[in-house]
Amino acid sequence: MENWFVNIAYALTNWLTGLGLSAGWADFILLVVQWVCIIIIVTLNVIVLIWLERKISGFIQQRLGPNRLGPFGMFQTIADAIKLLTKEDIIPSATDKLIFRTAPMFFIIISVMLYVVLPMGENMVIADLNAGVFYFISVGSLTTICLLMAGWGSNNKWSLLGAMRSVAQMISYEIPLAFSLLGVIMIAGSMRLSDIAAAQSNVWFIVLQPVAFITYFIAATAELNRGPFDMPEAEQELTAGAYTEYTGMRWALFFLAEYTNLVAVSALMSTMFLGGWQGPFLPSWLWIIIKTYLVMIVFMWLKWTFPRIRMDHLMSFSWKVLIPVTLANILVTGIALQVFKGMGW
Amino acid sequence: MLQTEQYTINIGPQHPSTHGGLHVEAVMDGEHIVDSIVHLGYVHRSVEKIAESRTYPQFVPYTSRLDYLATHLPTLGYCQTVEKMLGVTVPERAEYIRVIMAEFSRIASHLLFVGSLAIDLGATTGLIYCFRDRERIMDIFEMTSGQRLIASYMRIGGISHDLPDTFIPAARSFIADFPKMIEEYEGLIVGNEILQARLKGIGVLTAEEAIEYGVTGPNLRACGVEYDIRKADPYGIYDRFDFDLPLGSKGDSWDRLLVRIEEMVQSVRIIEQALEALPEGDIKAKVPRIIKPDKGSEVYHRIESSKGELGYYIVADGGEKPYRLHVRAPSFVNLMVLPVISRGEKLQDIIANIATLDPVLGESDR
Repeated sequence: MENWFVNIAYALTNWLTGLGLSAGWADFILLVVQWVCIIIIVTLNVIVLIWLERKISGFIQQRLGPNRLGPFGMFQTIADAIKLLTKEDIIPSATDKLIFRTAPMFFIIISVMLYVVLPMGENMVIADLNAGVFYFISVGSLTTICLLMAGWGSNNKWSLLGAMRSVAQMISYEIPLAFSLLGVIMIAGSMRLSDIAAAQSNVWFIVLQPVAFITYFIAATAELNRGPFDMPEAEQELTAGAYTEYTGMRWALFFLAEYTNLVAVSALMSTMFLGGWQGPFLPSWLWIIIKTYLVMIVFMWLKWTFPRIRMDHLMSFSWKVLIPVTLANILVTGIALQVFKGMGW
Repeated sequence: MLQTEQYTINIGPQHPSTHGGLHVEAVMDGEHIVDSIVHLGYVHRSVEKIAESRTYPQFVPYTSRLDYLATHLPTLGYCQTVEKMLGVTVPERAEYIRVIMAEFSRIASHLLFVGSLAIDLGATTGLIYCFRDRERIMDIFEMTSGQRLIASYMRIGGISHDLPDTFIPAARSFIADFPKMIEEYEGLIVGNEILQARLKGIGVLTAEEAIEYGVTGPNLRACGVEYDIRKADPYGIYDRFDFDLPLGSKGDSWDRLLVRIEEMVQSVRIIEQALEALPEGDIKAKVPRIIKPDKGSEVYHRIESSKGELGYYIVADGGEKPYRLHVRAPSFVNLMVLPVISRGEKLQDIIANIATLDPVLGESDR
């Protein structure tokens, strides 16, 4: 059970080379298969996630949530997806058409790109880059541009306000996000995500880096544009922020991309702080799924409990609280590492 | 220096947080509000004009639709105005039931205030919690009048139906559970630090400004002015009850929230006393079928609605319909301070300010 997926991949490569393909071509086809798998998993997972979010929000708000379609309303999201697919795609005449059309596509592409470096289990990673964390952060920050494109292309004041907010917010929160991961990288001594996960076989980094975990969690919430930091969308203020003018499947792509981001960031969090694939009894890929879902449930819990923070409070919180705290954390971690090294630990 | 430009942004009339058809034209400098203009009239139904073509009893249901969030209060004000005109004395039991229903309406309105403030600040769950408890008040209204939202329960000279047997247990169980509800709101909404940061010091209305603009109700009391018509000019039997006036000190949005929460507690106190003292007897005074006040009689009567001073001014011409009826709508007056308190604040603050001024557009547009 442990090596199901790894074995499938080996079998596929062997079969392809057996057909007379060169090793390079076999690798390329395997890559394509992996990509298709990721896209399918991401899409199906989002369907489950939206259902879960609605059920959790229903539980928090003392109501039932979706309960009509299928067992526990599980097919509700599928019905919604079909509805969105068949909806009219309205592009307002005053928009910048090219930017308006491409923004959701870029958003979803960038979100899926994040999965390249994420280890989904032991030996289960598409490209085990030696700068995996760096890749993740830099690709993740590109989503800002998509939101700005959506806001600018819509040619709508609300959209532009939402886009400007998201740019300010995401750039400010990128810094504490990266800084809080630095502590973990210093301890693990590697930026390769599989090394970091392997380094937690004795103790999870959440124990060694509790401050970094909390700051990362807060910064990630802001980075994901989820409540209480859902400034760019801010339904009650900006109607729907950058997404105001989007309809049908274009709007759904944004939705899809946001949830894809949520899964990716939660998976990164479980890899960096919660021991990655490490865990007893169950296979490694199941452990990472369990941990990722637990992190996501906490994200949802926060979203459905807190009111939205104000924009200027948000900025001052990042620059005056989070960044100094993460810097201090890096300093303390560095000193502690040297002290322990001196003690011969 | 970068050249910047001011721009206008239309908040409403189609906007999630304007509590109905309110249109605020905001002149913005980035996220800062330079000036704002309130445009009203999107829910105008010419209620005052309709009154001129309806007989006095026929107009009662229309008043229920003025402030539909506190349905009994505008109806009570209208009925008392006509009673004052005719010189009718309402039976004791009816008076007590009126007070109970009016205070329940006040709680329902303030619960909606807390809930809609929460959702305007992005805390969706707060709304659902308040609605869950408001639902019980709606059930109580349904028991008595058969209607939930717009009850039209009051009649000129009394009330339409006597209380059903299920009423007193339902009211008492609501009162018993009320402290627990308040505790929940304190934990979920009021105690939240993000919410406090967003409300404290925001939308400050000074007592002088409030009086100049004619602001009444909880919005005025949040500025520290001790003025409540239930105390200042008691109508009905309000002089018999013992309750406090919660006062704010700074007049900011935070005070407006706290004042309303404390007011709900005081309303529950009034309901408790009224339930204790509820006498048996008639529920409706003898009022002629066709009401024809004397020609030339004019009357103004005001009550403390959940939004402020709700007044009716009726001029009779001897016929069975009013010659002219005017509603002094507190929401209308209160909304006029929105530009004053929002000047120089952020876009997110004006949303909170609209929510804490608690306008009902059905009442302000009439």
